[in-house]
Amino acid sequence: MADTVLFEFLHTEMVAELWAPDPDPGPGGQKTSLTVLESMGFRVGQTLGERLPQETLGFREELDVLRFLCKDLWVAVFHKQMDSLRTNHQGTYVLQDNSFRLLIPMASGLQYVEEAPKFLAFTCGLLCGTLHTLGFQSLVTAFVTALPACECWRWCLHAH
Amino acid sequence: MAVCIMVIVKENYPFYVRSIPVENELKFHSVVHTSLDLVDEKISAMGKALVDQRGLCPGLLYPTEDYKVYGYVTNSKVKFVTLVDSSNTAHRDNEICSMFWKLHNSYTDVTCNPFPNPGDRIRPRVFDNMVTSLMTQVC
Repeated sequence: MADTVLFEFLHTEMVAELWAPDPDPGPGGQKTSLTVLESMGFRVGQTLGERLPQETLGFREELDVLRFLCKDLWVAVFHKQMDSLRTNHQGTYVLQDNSFRLLIPMASGLQYVEEAPKFLAFTCGLLCGTLHTLGFQSLVTAFVTALPACECWRWCLHAH
Repeated sequence: MAVCIMVIVKENYPFYVRSIPVENELKFHSVVHTSLDLVDEKISAMGKALVDQRGLCPGLLYPTEDYKVYGYVTNSKVKFVTLVDSSNTAHRDNEICSMFWKLHNSYTDVTCNPFPNPGDRIRPRVFDNMVTSLMTQVC
């Protein structure tokens, strides 16, 4: 289906465009690009957080919201469910995707692991934005150990 | 006829207010403010079993001598409160809920608009027109 790759192409171009003006911007410039990507993801996440849960029942607790992220949100954006969700029941959640769509075309294994973080910034922002709309202040970070698997960690700061 | 529609965000300030006639707006502000507690109470009392198919529609919050107050909460903790003239015949819950679903759809469209910043007052005319049509339709 062509429409599954449309977002992937757009995302790849977004990252390329933000990195293009200065291929080796140094730590300061890199940070700005990452921040821009994250804030774009945040805004998209905010609106998705309004629109997607419209048809679902009310969320009773934090775990319901995280399940919504793993199932409905991930399916809507990446056309697959999250592979695993772990929690320490104290506000930290680990979401693992063993074949993250945005990393699949790149490589399989340890090649390009250093380049991978810039392709995760948008998604981190997306998760953060959706959680913000649904009432949870959180910090989302992502790790790549070996492409195309990636893990997102989310700390809950407080619900508001 | 609906005399007032108010959209209240999760920080509990009114995001959008529309009332007919406009002079009574202050009075409606106080009525809606007092009804916010009732919304929270009804939602927490509802429990899993009673949650409606789409959105949380506690329905009638309380009747005053002139108006009946209805409420609705979205998943993102945004509340819609409507005041309806008591003099009309009793409205069925379904009608009120379907009115709230239309409001919810329009509100979602407004938030998806990339131009205004989140937190700004709602200005798009589409929302205004939709609210006007809803207010005159609920009879």
